[in-house]
Amino acid sequence: MINTSQKIIMNGLWHNNPALVQLLGLCPLLAVTSSVVNALGLGLATLMVMMGSNILVSLARHYVPEDVRLPAFVMIIAALVTVAELLMKAFAYELYQILGIFIPLIVTNCAILGRADAFARKQPVSLAALDGLMMGLGFSLVLILLGAMRELLGQGTLLANMNLLLGPMATEWTWVVVDDYSGFLFAILPPGAFVGMGLIIAAKNLLDQILGSRKLDTSRGKTAASKRVRVTGNIT
Amino acid sequence: MVLPQITSPHISGANRTGQLMLWVILATLPALALQTYWYGYGNLINVILAALMAITMEAAIIRIRRRPVVFYLADNSALLTAVLLGLALPPFSPWWLLLIAVLSAIVFAKHLYGGLGNNPFNPAMVGYALVLIAFPVEMTRWATAGIDLSMEDSLRITFMGFSDVNGIDSWTHATPLDLVKHKGAQPIDALIASPEMGQGLKAAYWVNFAYAIGGSMLLCLRIISWHAPVAMLTSLALISSVFYWVDPQKYPSSLMHLLTGATMMGAFFIITDPVSSATSRLGKLFYGAAIGILVYVIRTFGSYPEAMAFSVLLMNLAAPFIDYYTRPRSYGHQSSWWR
Repeated sequence: MINTSQKIIMNGLWHNNPALVQLLGLCPLLAVTSSVVNALGLGLATLMVMMGSNILVSLARHYVPEDVRLPAFVMIIAALVTVAELLMKAFAYELYQILGIFIPLIVTNCAILGRADAFARKQPVSLAALDGLMMGLGFSLVLILLGAMRELLGQGTLLANMNLLLGPMATEWTWVVVDDYSGFLFAILPPGAFVGMGLIIAAKNLLDQILGSRKLDTSRGKTAASKRVRVTGNIT
Repeated sequence: MVLPQITSPHISGANRTGQLMLWVILATLPALALQTYWYGYGNLINVILAALMAITMEAAIIRIRRRPVVFYLADNSALLTAVLLGLALPPFSPWWLLLIAVLSAIVFAKHLYGGLGNNPFNPAMVGYALVLIAFPVEMTRWATAGIDLSMEDSLRITFMGFSDVNGIDSWTHATPLDLVKHKGAQPIDALIASPEMGQGLKAAYWVNFAYAIGGSMLLCLRIISWHAPVAMLTSLALISSVFYWVDPQKYPSSLMHLLTGATMMGAFFIITDPVSSATSRLGKLFYGAAIGILVYVIRTFGSYPEAMAFSVLLMNLAAPFIDYYTRPRSYGHQSSWWR
């Protein structure tokens, strides 16, 4: 059980990250990450919907016939998205206006439907909930990282306008990293999102490569020790 | 007697790419000289700074990619990209603008796609378009034609900004294409008669003439083929004369379109890039003609006064498509594109 949940956590955050590896849900990801507050807003909404849909799908897994499972899942997700939208309208209306169409569009985020179909409908509720939480967290973290990158490059600030999401206590949070920064419009515009996303994916792959090559080195040592195995490649 | 079988290529030379690129760089020198004559030392400083940055970045990124540094540096492609960028960017551009343009050209547009030969887009134009979108204020400051600035003042503007230079009121001016773009209801005749337009047009004609001279030299040396430039200039001339014929007071003449802005530079030095353009002869004709039309359309109806970079990038995207439909007939096969 612990082993399984460890695996789910690692998959959601790193090995099978919805944004970096599955490359799902890129449309909202690229569109709204022009600042940390936008990214955090969409990230939280997605996280909530993802976890909720995974739980509900898992609960209903014995009662949904195989043939109509996708429409049923979409109904569940749509209901949850409506909840998220109404909540956002009630508690963070300005942010809701900024994010606009991308909140209702969470319904079409294929990462959510993908997790419901590939994981939650075959798993017990506890595992499905954990998976939804971790996948949502992985997605949100990438959103926030990209948002921070673009906000820093584009405006020279971090955490600007956090009060839109967290209320008046966050008004003072704006951290002006570079004084009188003239702005790099490219980072705020959509092409900046593509370039930033590409760089993050490249960095992740590079890190994997470095970690992977270390593992490979130890396995190579093993091959050399056992003389009966003949493999192609270098045996030293 | 031994009759060895030798396969092609039968003509070989040491790093011919490097030589070709060097010839293209030499061919830009007349234009560089005239741009320096008309617009001050700005472009000269641009070219030198950009070249230094480009070579440093190229060496660094080749090193990071674990390729032989000297071998790839000797193809001079980074140098050529830097020279074209330095000529295209406004004179007295701030140094950081050059840095961002060169970085996106060399590192992002070329090496991240796999280096010279694998880049789908013209690196110099990617760098140019990126800074044009990101820094509209700095990119719309072209020097006054006939400006007289000392080298010291020029360097000061480049490195510290205009506010640090004493005794000069202004050094920028709307280019002819800017004036046409923002003329409003004013008829073209009145616009051309105005002194500010006259001086700007004269400078633009001379500079474009210099690019045409350099380009003709490349044509004579058979470094570039005539197809793309001729197609582009013809299509631009045709479409602009149609509009000019409809309303000569609203649309400028073909001559003005052909000899202002980056027309000649684009025709001979940008769209002839062997990597990112279409490859077959017929393909080059289509490629050039489409760029000519796009340049006219964006200049006339778009929101930017000049459109070379955007047109070239758009057609770079279409180049594989053009190549697919214009494959030359190989011996023994039927012509494919009639079917």
